[in-house]
Amino acid sequence: MYRTASGEEIFVIDGHTHFWDGSPPNQKNIHGKQFIECFYAYHSNLSPPAEKWSLEKFEKYDAKTMHDDLFIHGYDDMAILQPTYLTDFYKAGFNTTERNSALKKSHPDRFILNGAFDPRDGNKGLEELHAKAEKYKLKGVKLYTAEWRGESKGYKLDDKGSYRFLEAAQKLGIKNIHVHKGPTIIPLNKDAFDVGDIDDVATSFQDLNFIVEHCGLPRLDDFCWIATQETNVYAGIAVALPFIHSRPAYFGHVMAELLFWIGADKILYGSDYGIWTPKWLIDKFMAFEIPEELTKETGSVLTMETKTKILGLNAARIYDVDVEAQKKKIRAGGGYAHLAQAAE
Amino acid sequence: MAAETIADRKAEVWARLQTVTDPELDEPVTDLEFVTRADVDAQNRVHIEFRLPTYWCAANFSFLMADDMRRAVSDLPWVSAVDVVLGEHMYADKINAGLAQGLSFQQTFGADADGDLDDLRRTFLVKAFQRRQAALLAHLIAVGYAPEALVELSLGELAVLEPDQTGARLVARYLERRPVVSAALPEALAFVDAEGDPLQVETLPTYVRALRRVNVNAEFNSALCRGLLHARFDMETPFTPRGVGQTAEPSNAAV
Repeated sequence: MYRTASGEEIFVIDGHTHFWDGSPPNQKNIHGKQFIECFYAYHSNLSPPAEKWSLEKFEKYDAKTMHDDLFIHGYDDMAILQPTYLTDFYKAGFNTTERNSALKKSHPDRFILNGAFDPRDGNKGLEELHAKAEKYKLKGVKLYTAEWRGESKGYKLDDKGSYRFLEAAQKLGIKNIHVHKGPTIIPLNKDAFDVGDIDDVATSFQDLNFIVEHCGLPRLDDFCWIATQETNVYAGIAVALPFIHSRPAYFGHVMAELLFWIGADKILYGSDYGIWTPKWLIDKFMAFEIPEELTKETGSVLTMETKTKILGLNAARIYDVDVEAQKKKIRAGGGYAHLAQAAE
Repeated sequence: MAAETIADRKAEVWARLQTVTDPELDEPVTDLEFVTRADVDAQNRVHIEFRLPTYWCAANFSFLMADDMRRAVSDLPWVSAVDVVLGEHMYADKINAGLAQGLSFQQTFGADADGDLDDLRRTFLVKAFQRRQAALLAHLIAVGYAPEALVELSLGELAVLEPDQTGARLVARYLERRPVVSAALPEALAFVDAEGDPLQVETLPTYVRALRRVNVNAEFNSALCRGLLHARFDMETPFTPRGVGQTAEPSNAAV
């Protein structure tokens, strides 16, 4: 919960969080080591110095640390757990729905648990999706179209195989499809991180929402064009957001473009925890204004209303969260006790 | 005398490498500090080593840059052989073996590689054209050139326009990429879109705005790549990965 100086409460849903284990005992090979170190480079490069963690803490943090960073020290009210399996690199996977489910279990009002699928798993993958959707009551999935696997260098959402999975997802009540279209996670080719396939499926699956994580960076230009044309395409701003510290003028440009092209109702906040933490991101975001010159040019303004939508209301809408009811639940569970103490 | 010659030739190699850009960032691989070594031996063989901001940088871009470096340096008349070696990358061994044998990206990565790199190269040359055009148009409009005149300006006229110093640099950069979209004859229009079609006065502001997205995107990539490179490598001693657990300095190289 973020409280403005005038006492207004802003409900925050963090659209992008992870509970991973990238520690050496879980690393299967050199790729596992390089992967977590690459994440760590993002962390250390874009965090304010005071927010930097040691590599050891970064490799594996416990559930309490994560809970407190998000909800006690940070302003998140709820967080969406997005899985990243990477079973080729990590013995027990990097950040699986199974691992994340422990958090959901101990804090059911705080977390939204998402699943994953890969069309290249074929029928077996479809069966698993059915089982997991039922077991975890999934409302969303996170996909990595650019993941290399064996000889395959990724897949497209408009492939025939992907259609079968999207049809299944729709039937199973999974209506939020988060797609990683962002900086490289595994060597990938241009096609796989091209955002063009979003255009096709967004038209074909009108009842599904497609949340393009990292707003298509490094393909923001192509993404904005697609997103303007489709009503069910959203932008997740994880990874773009930390630039608010190191390059605020640049962050202003990204927000101005997104607001101009896709609008305030289609942008979702995400911290990408544990790469970055909500406290400093939201402190800076709430204080941020788009430079006047850009506003003149684009008409884009980050009003309080717009910020409120980006930080929580948009995600609440697509995940069917009744904000007032949810606040009551969290309050009843003692989730806002720290706020009362702080106010005293 | 021989030592001097080798030093001169090394300088020529670096000058050629300066013309090779990272396709996404449209900046020279030398300025980006990707290239860590460029040696010339007594037999006029050139040995180049380079590294990238992450272990995961896209294999096709990595291959493309290596290939571009090889081509650029091979243009020097005295060069007898060029080998280009990529370090600290997930597919370093595969890419280096492919490069050493003179294989294409497709041959190196097998049947799943999506064609050769020419389409990819062109896609990013077009983006570079757009960025350079957006910067030049915005500048010329800002210093007072009328949109009506700009849309009708010929390449010959642009070349002798003699705007201010900033403008001159932007013109030179733009002219380098103008042939990407259509034949750059002196009487051809200076400003055309990515399809080679003329620009319209009425839609010029919208057009320039749309191109700005290409630029904002590229700026993100550039900042991220430079930052990650600095977080990953001790920039004083090339090819040395930072020690595990050592906190990297925040990079200000991208500012």
